[in-house]
Amino acid sequence: MSEGKGAEVVLRLDRITKRFGALTANDAVSLTLRRGEVVALLGENGAGKTTLMNILFGHYVADEGSVEAFGQPLPPGNPRAALQAGVGMVHQHFTLAGNLTVLENIRLGTEGLWSRGHGGARAKVERLSRDFGLAVHPDAKVGRLSVGERQRVEILKALYRDARILILDEPTAVLTPQESEALFATLRKATALGLSVIFISHKLHEVMAIADRCVVLRHGRVVGEVDTHATDKGALAALMVGGELSLPRAEARAPGAVLMKLDSVSTPDRGAAPGLKKVTLDLRAGQITGLAGVSGNGQAALAEIIGGLALPAEGTILLKNAPVTGWSPGEALARGVARIPEDRHHQGSIADFDLTENAVLEAYRSRFSRRGWMNWRAAREFAETIIAGYDVRCPGPETRIRLLSGGNMQKLILGRAMAGGPETGGPEIILANQPVRGLDVGAIAYVQSQLIAARDRGSSVLLISEDLDEIMGLSDVIHVMSQGRLSPGFARGTMTAAELGLWMAGQKFGDRDAA
Amino acid sequence: MRLEAIANPSAVRRLGLPALALVLTMGVAMALALVAGANPLAVLGQIATGALGSKLAILETLNRATPLIFTGLAVAVAFRAKLWNIGAEAQLYAGAIVAVVLGTGALGSPLVLPVSAAVAMLAGALLLLGPVLLKTRLGVDEVVTTLLLNFIMLLFVSYLLEGPMKDPGGMGWPKSTPLIPEARLPRIVEGLRLHWGFALAILAAVVVWVIQTRTTLGFEIRAVGQNPEAARFAGMPVNAVLVKTALLSGGLAALAGWSEVAGLKGHLSSDLSPGFGYTGIIVAMLALLHPLGVILTAIFVAGIFVGSDAMSRAAGVPTYIADMLMATALLFMVLAILLTRVRVVRG
Repeated sequence: MSEGKGAEVVLRLDRITKRFGALTANDAVSLTLRRGEVVALLGENGAGKTTLMNILFGHYVADEGSVEAFGQPLPPGNPRAALQAGVGMVHQHFTLAGNLTVLENIRLGTEGLWSRGHGGARAKVERLSRDFGLAVHPDAKVGRLSVGERQRVEILKALYRDARILILDEPTAVLTPQESEALFATLRKATALGLSVIFISHKLHEVMAIADRCVVLRHGRVVGEVDTHATDKGALAALMVGGELSLPRAEARAPGAVLMKLDSVSTPDRGAAPGLKKVTLDLRAGQITGLAGVSGNGQAALAEIIGGLALPAEGTILLKNAPVTGWSPGEALARGVARIPEDRHHQGSIADFDLTENAVLEAYRSRFSRRGWMNWRAAREFAETIIAGYDVRCPGPETRIRLLSGGNMQKLILGRAMAGGPETGGPEIILANQPVRGLDVGAIAYVQSQLIAARDRGSSVLLISEDLDEIMGLSDVIHVMSQGRLSPGFARGTMTAAELGLWMAGQKFGDRDAA
Repeated sequence: MRLEAIANPSAVRRLGLPALALVLTMGVAMALALVAGANPLAVLGQIATGALGSKLAILETLNRATPLIFTGLAVAVAFRAKLWNIGAEAQLYAGAIVAVVLGTGALGSPLVLPVSAAVAMLAGALLLLGPVLLKTRLGVDEVVTTLLLNFIMLLFVSYLLEGPMKDPGGMGWPKSTPLIPEARLPRIVEGLRLHWGFALAILAAVVVWVIQTRTTLGFEIRAVGQNPEAARFAGMPVNAVLVKTALLSGGLAALAGWSEVAGLKGHLSSDLSPGFGYTGIIVAMLALLHPLGVILTAIFVAGIFVGSDAMSRAAGVPTYIADMLMATALLFMVLAILLTRVRVVRG
């Protein structure tokens, strides 16, 4: 797919530096892209990938350095100039109007919507979708399309504007494995036709599969630039995190008693987000139950039910075989359900509260107050215990939590969750919703090893994640959610990623629904 | 131009910018004086001496600050929970009505003062209970309901003063029957105009401060105000916290009216409050919602009003200058506070 090293340079970023206050997001980053080439921009969250692309696309102005496309310098801070120069960007979060058709979305912003003459535009879109293998009906309403199809519309939109350089920001984060394969096929066709692609990712196997060259960013600097043919995943990971990578893998264990059971639980749909459809789930002691699935398929509804934030419209929640009454977040905590929320910034913590206040957020009534008076001394000692025990890197318990990195914030939330439970003997059930999303590899390994340790102490862990590697590495039992439906449980090692992918796409549910 | 957050603002920034806001406010005051045709420096001086220049002036300023401390606290407590109580004016009049109802012979010494204060707080609390229940149950915006209640309450007071409460010996003026002596708040020092309402206001500020920093309710109020989603996730009874906050806030605002009637005026009239409820918002905002800060900003604001009155008499500059100064002081201060946390960058 590569036209080799001799091909013309289409894009050149030269010593780009961007500072936000004390933070240097990009530190003299240089990058060249040649015609017909896929360059992966690899790095952990916070490494500076998105900042760099925002500078390229004119959303930010660099403090130093310059951008050149097809030999012409791009004026800083001008997205329109970037578009005209042939740079097209597909954002992680789509920018489509759901009530318009595919064709209307593609033309939106390029020409007046009221000028009818769809003919030429339609022919062009049809030609592009044929040439690039982007199957999508031009007259379909975007709101009815799947996530994978919407992404195709975004790519078509860029191509329609004659983009010669495509930037894809974490394009596979929302795709099933099968959809990712289809995307890669499209990218191969695109490069064969002379387009160039910057592929932003932190998933190593994808980078190895699609990229010719890989630029690795760490803490805003380029720490390596390698041909993917001449490297392997381990070497890339080492570059990315600056050390040898070893993620924990849980060993299989014999399951214990059912601690919590959802019996045929349903919840109403909320807008585009499906509710639960007669979900039956056993959470057993000493077991990690993995819940795989593309996000937005009912995982949030399930997490709300288990965490006490919502009640089932139908069906029952049973704790140790007894139906729960008065189910609420407080009741869930009192009954030994610890929660690590999906959104640690908005749900798991209060940004302007210090670490002490955040540490006692869940247990201030039961353990850190008497007759309405707070015991701040005990609260502070508790926060110090978590800080020491969970390796929270911070100046001290009086630090506002907003100043902590995501990993350290998550460690505090983890420590808080693990210290809860009846009589503080530790939680019986741990709901871990995307517990490592956005963390650096060191923090990921730490959080995951703590979940395994909790399981080994006899807790039941429900791990919700979009990352199949994580699910398959940690889970004793794997369920898949699709459109609010829950697959049967699959024991460790009985399913391949591809098989799980078919469940994630919803293709395996048909016969069960008929029954 | 964009705003960029500053993680750890320096001391220069945190103290210098509010000081600069104060200087700019004085600059505006001098400009206004110039427009009015007076000597700017003399006007500033007259405001200062009018507010603080003599024992009498200081006492007058503290008297004026008393209701502002109560309404400022009411607003500070509610705003801390992001409960937008704009109705301190109505709650103030609720307290004032109770002072008249119980203070004109219904109760005698020694019960009348503590009981009427308690009932006044209850009345103010109940007045805010409606809007807060509409908010928590039905999602009705409390800004609208509390604001509109102010007008309803003011009209209700007019009705009372023209009808059931009208002073038969008032020569036709719309004012209430005067309070019996036992229902009046005594003066702190005999012969000086300052009454015990001021001491009560200071005490209230300390109590609110203790509630906010030392009690579970205070912790809940701050948590619900900063991030209701996280508070609910952590198991806090968010709606119950809002109701408790409303009761506290309404009760504090009612004490403003109660102490004006029982301490200063001795009767109720429809001009009892020249907008103390609304000025309480400025007082609370200037104090960054800190209960002890409210004492200082209330005295500052009261001083500007009292000083402007005196200046107006001496220099012939309209007293409206006080309102304009309040507005500019608030705008500059809000801006200064914003700029301690963010900086403006180009691009």
